[in-house]
Amino acid sequence: MARIDVNHVRHSYLPNPRKDADFALREVHHTFEDGGAYALLGPSGCGKTTLLNIISGLLHPSHGQLLFNGKDVTNLSTQERNIAQVFQFPVIYDTMTVYDNLAFPLRNRGVPEADVDRKVRETLEMIDLASWAKKKARGLTADQKQKISLGRGLVRSDVNAILFDEPLTVIDPHMKWVLRSQLKQLHRRFGYTMVYVTHDQTEALTFADQVVVMYDGGIVQIGTPAELFERPRHTFVGYFIGSPGMNVMPVAIDGKTATLGSQRIELPGAPNADSGAIELGIRPEYVRLGRDGMSVSISKVEDLGRHKVVRAKLEGRDISAVIGEDETVPAEPRVRFDPAGINIYADSWRVEMEA
Amino acid sequence: MDKTWNNKAWFLVLPVLVLVAFSAVIPLMTVVNYSVQDTFGNNVFFWAGTEWFEELLSSSRFWEAMTRNLIFSFIILAIEVPLGIFIALNMPKKGWGVPVCLVLMALPLLIPWNVVGTIWQVFGRNDIGLLGYYVNALGIDYNYVQDPFDAWVTIIVMDVWHWTSLVVLLCYAGLVSIPDAFYQAAKIDGASRWAVFRYIQLPKMNRVLLIAVLLRFMDSFMIYTEPFVVTGGGPGNSTTFLSIDLVKTALGQFDLGPAAAMSLVYFLIILLLSWVFYTVMTNYDAER
Repeated sequence: MARIDVNHVRHSYLPNPRKDADFALREVHHTFEDGGAYALLGPSGCGKTTLLNIISGLLHPSHGQLLFNGKDVTNLSTQERNIAQVFQFPVIYDTMTVYDNLAFPLRNRGVPEADVDRKVRETLEMIDLASWAKKKARGLTADQKQKISLGRGLVRSDVNAILFDEPLTVIDPHMKWVLRSQLKQLHRRFGYTMVYVTHDQTEALTFADQVVVMYDGGIVQIGTPAELFERPRHTFVGYFIGSPGMNVMPVAIDGKTATLGSQRIELPGAPNADSGAIELGIRPEYVRLGRDGMSVSISKVEDLGRHKVVRAKLEGRDISAVIGEDETVPAEPRVRFDPAGINIYADSWRVEMEA
Repeated sequence: MDKTWNNKAWFLVLPVLVLVAFSAVIPLMTVVNYSVQDTFGNNVFFWAGTEWFEELLSSSRFWEAMTRNLIFSFIILAIEVPLGIFIALNMPKKGWGVPVCLVLMALPLLIPWNVVGTIWQVFGRNDIGLLGYYVNALGIDYNYVQDPFDAWVTIIVMDVWHWTSLVVLLCYAGLVSIPDAFYQAAKIDGASRWAVFRYIQLPKMNRVLLIAVLLRFMDSFMIYTEPFVVTGGGPGNSTTFLSIDLVKTALGQFDLGPAAAMSLVYFLIILLLSWVFYTVMTNYDAER
């Protein structure tokens, strides 16, 4: 197990990057603590897989350094870094049995056969495939194959970290839950440092202690699932996390009051925002629909079973609100914003408010 | 069995049946007809029964041609398959090199067979041929017209030159279909170059390789044009393969009966081998 320091790492796939836009990874500076479970969350093309491949050594970063437990590993090969990685599509060695698949990384490293046998048996127990040991790997289902991919990492007791690159993409929905909870269990029992790349927020939020949200080649926020939900640092995090995403609307600020068209909204405090484009963000969960407040026109109501999502227009802008399953939409609907859920953004970045 | 059978559909098959009858069945029956009769010309035939078959199967000439054919097929497979795999492994997977390599590889396949024969016939001549002249100039006594060994070397090199590309292209198609993740996983698992080949590349090429072997075996077993043009089956009978022997018997000596018997046996061998390969391949598929 290891602490992983990503030290001012930049990466470009072009030979001579000039502009910021040439970089797939603009600049990442972050420490993954030993034994932590991290999720790298972001849309396709945001650089999360690039970052993962830099950690595992499949890519050499254009700039910056990578430290494992304080030791510089930037120029070490994947094999020397002692990393395990599980890919989007299950990688198994078709012609081998399940047992031989797991033994493969150990045999490649010249481990004595007695130790190989012991470790493989342990691992088969861990990933719950003991009864399949003698079967050919190609006959297995996608989730079993993915467990073998994982097992080939777990079998090496000294791995520095286990990296996952959207490992559940090809798994059936009901198996996703099972695998995810097994992963979580493994993490709790053995304390591996795990980094998990995904674009699925549910996956990220349920798996990780710390979620690293990436956008356009950089990290926009690192936090617990609750922090990401309550206090998105960037409007992107607001949009990306939560379903539906955060309502963001341009406002003018005057002390503790925000003005949206003809509406005035009381803020919990005075924001420290003097310049830039000011926006107000509020999650649909904090928009209260009732008979008082700002007048809205309802576009539609989506009933999701556990709650309803109300799509409406406020001052000509789309706004969503979440209401309880039993609540009804009043005849002349109005909305209020719960001050606890209000965030103010200047040029897309969150600003603090003074009480 | 109260099912009503509607036989009208047979009429739809009729055109194909007629076509196949004229193109294959009737000629084949003529051959069968010849194979059991003897003739001295003037369209007069005498019943010969199984005489030609008995003669054929006990003739050393036939078995020698057959042996030569099997040895030839074995040698070219033993060279072309490993060489083809080796080249395919070393071909670029992306960039400008890909189209260049593919075109270069496809070139020999596009040349008509008798032209290939002519090219090598001239190329190997020790008076004006580029190859023959310089090999001799190096002090190696090389003359495919007189020396059986040299004739074999020439024909084998020619076949390797002509057909290795096919194996390369098939293997290459198998190789490029392997996702990058497999190579990355192998790196992480610390696999050696050999292990990557043995456990990732070879299994993925398995199927195309089987097709390549099948095609190359069939083709080399039926080879006619190229050796005919280069050596004409000589020197002596040293490069007389089954097909060349057959043509010699049928058109050279005009022994229609023995030639017909030989055709049928040849046909049955090919049929048998095709069936064996087909069974092996389908079994292999079922197992997957």
